[in-house]
Amino acid sequence: MIEMKNVMKKYANGVIAANGINVRINQGEFVYVVGPSGAGKSTFIKMMYREEKPTQGSIRINGINLEKLKDKKVPLLRRNMGVVFQDFKLLPTLTVFENVAFALEVIEENPKYIKKKVMETLELVGLKHKARMLPTELSGGEQQRISIARSIVNSPKLVIADEPTGNLDPETSWEIMNIFETINNRGTTIIMATHNREVVNTIKHRVIAIEGGRIVRDETRGEYGYEG
Amino acid sequence: MKREVNTDMKARTVARHTKESFKSLLRNGWMTFASVSAVTITLILVGVFFVIMMNLNHVATSIEENVEIRVHIDVAATEEERNTLEDQIKAIPEVGSVVFSPKGEELDNLISSLGEDGDAFKLFEQDNPLNDVFVVKTKDPEDTLTVVDKIEKLEHAAKVRYGQGTVEKLFSAIDMSRNVGIVLIIGLLFTAMFLISNTIKITIVARRKEIEIMRLVGATNWFIRWPFFLEGMWLGILGSIIPIAAVSAVYYYAYQFLIAKLAGSYIQILDYTPFVFQVSGLLLVMGAVIGIWGSVMSIRKFLRV
Repeated sequence: MIEMKNVMKKYANGVIAANGINVRINQGEFVYVVGPSGAGKSTFIKMMYREEKPTQGSIRINGINLEKLKDKKVPLLRRNMGVVFQDFKLLPTLTVFENVAFALEVIEENPKYIKKKVMETLELVGLKHKARMLPTELSGGEQQRISIARSIVNSPKLVIADEPTGNLDPETSWEIMNIFETINNRGTTIIMATHNREVVNTIKHRVIAIEGGRIVRDETRGEYGYEG
Repeated sequence: MKREVNTDMKARTVARHTKESFKSLLRNGWMTFASVSAVTITLILVGVFFVIMMNLNHVATSIEENVEIRVHIDVAATEEERNTLEDQIKAIPEVGSVVFSPKGEELDNLISSLGEDGDAFKLFEQDNPLNDVFVVKTKDPEDTLTVVDKIEKLEHAAKVRYGQGTVEKLFSAIDMSRNVGIVLIIGLLFTAMFLISNTIKITIVARRKEIEIMRLVGATNWFIRWPFFLEGMWLGILGSIIPIAAVSAVYYYAYQFLIAKLAGSYIQILDYTPFVFQVSGLLLVMGAVIGIWGSVMSIRKFLRV
């Protein structure tokens, strides 16, 4: 479902963030992306949701050829994937329910469907009882669960997470990882950039290590492999 | 797996965009006020200018249409020669009408047009020094000069007189003030547009997180743009309300006043309707255009969608 061929990315300031990446990720896989800061993890991930365009090479996601995809059609791509960030990116003036519903409202879904789908998703992440609260009244872990709910409410085949446990304490991180496991068990592909050594070494999945814009290691059931 | 992006807008979406745009108007408070005021001032000037220009043009046209050519007939001409001259003038294709005005009538007109001072000319009634005159009107006022040239070549036409200069002077005055007014208005239009674009920029910055999330979850670019377009448009339309009311009211009284003053004169100003509706429509459209233009500038610069 994801295929990168000889992908290069050079930023305007001369930094080379991807230097010949070749990778294939199948539907339903759970992949950790690890590597030192500034090694190109973020670029690798951003190219998947077309936040960055490669300077060379080809990227195919769900059969969509990203380098041929017109800017106008990017929304189409994004409706088929969910993205989760370290800083949650929630709207503070909206309730938990509204934050999740937002993702469906702006793609003009039917209100009845939205209500049903949002409640189902909140139940999945264990926040149904807090649907009417504001994100600021909730803990960091709960806020991240809202953001996960928002990313999967549209039933995407792929969820991309950029350090989703980066701002959370160890105990909360496990809760969040459990949710990702559940989502993955339902057949959704998960690609997660992370610095969390313990998580990677405990919940074993495929590990792709990126250094200097290249994939230096790609193991099924791999180790984190870095100190700290 | 692929889902189509929905392009036709649902009523729900229209309602959502409208609500969002009004929320921004309220949230931006003083910037909204400043933008609307700038549009208001600009459009009041546009309205006043437009009303004056259109009326001056109308007046100039009606004056132009009343330009007559006065052909002074040679004193020595016999009645037969005078008739020949009349036939020759009538034969000129551009000529509309020819009226004979004997010198006695001419003197009476002169005396009465001078009022009390005219009495001095009564002495001439004994020995009238004036010429008999043919009053010629052209079919199209623009042909006046051509006709004058042709008549001047005819025999027994002693002098040919027409409203030399007056119409030309009026038209050049109108042209001048039109140019000055246009420069002034363009300057004001840009100021108003700049203020609106700044207001929209504030909205975009205030909502950048929302916009970021919309883009992430796959909202179309148009879905993201609409509320900003609408906000700009409302600013423009709100700014056109006072100018429309002011121009309509002022023209109403000016019209009543002038129509009484001009009664009996061939100078006419434009009727209240439909002129006021035309001006109001123009102001409304201009307001909306300034608003949308301002928001487009900001959307292009800051939204990048």
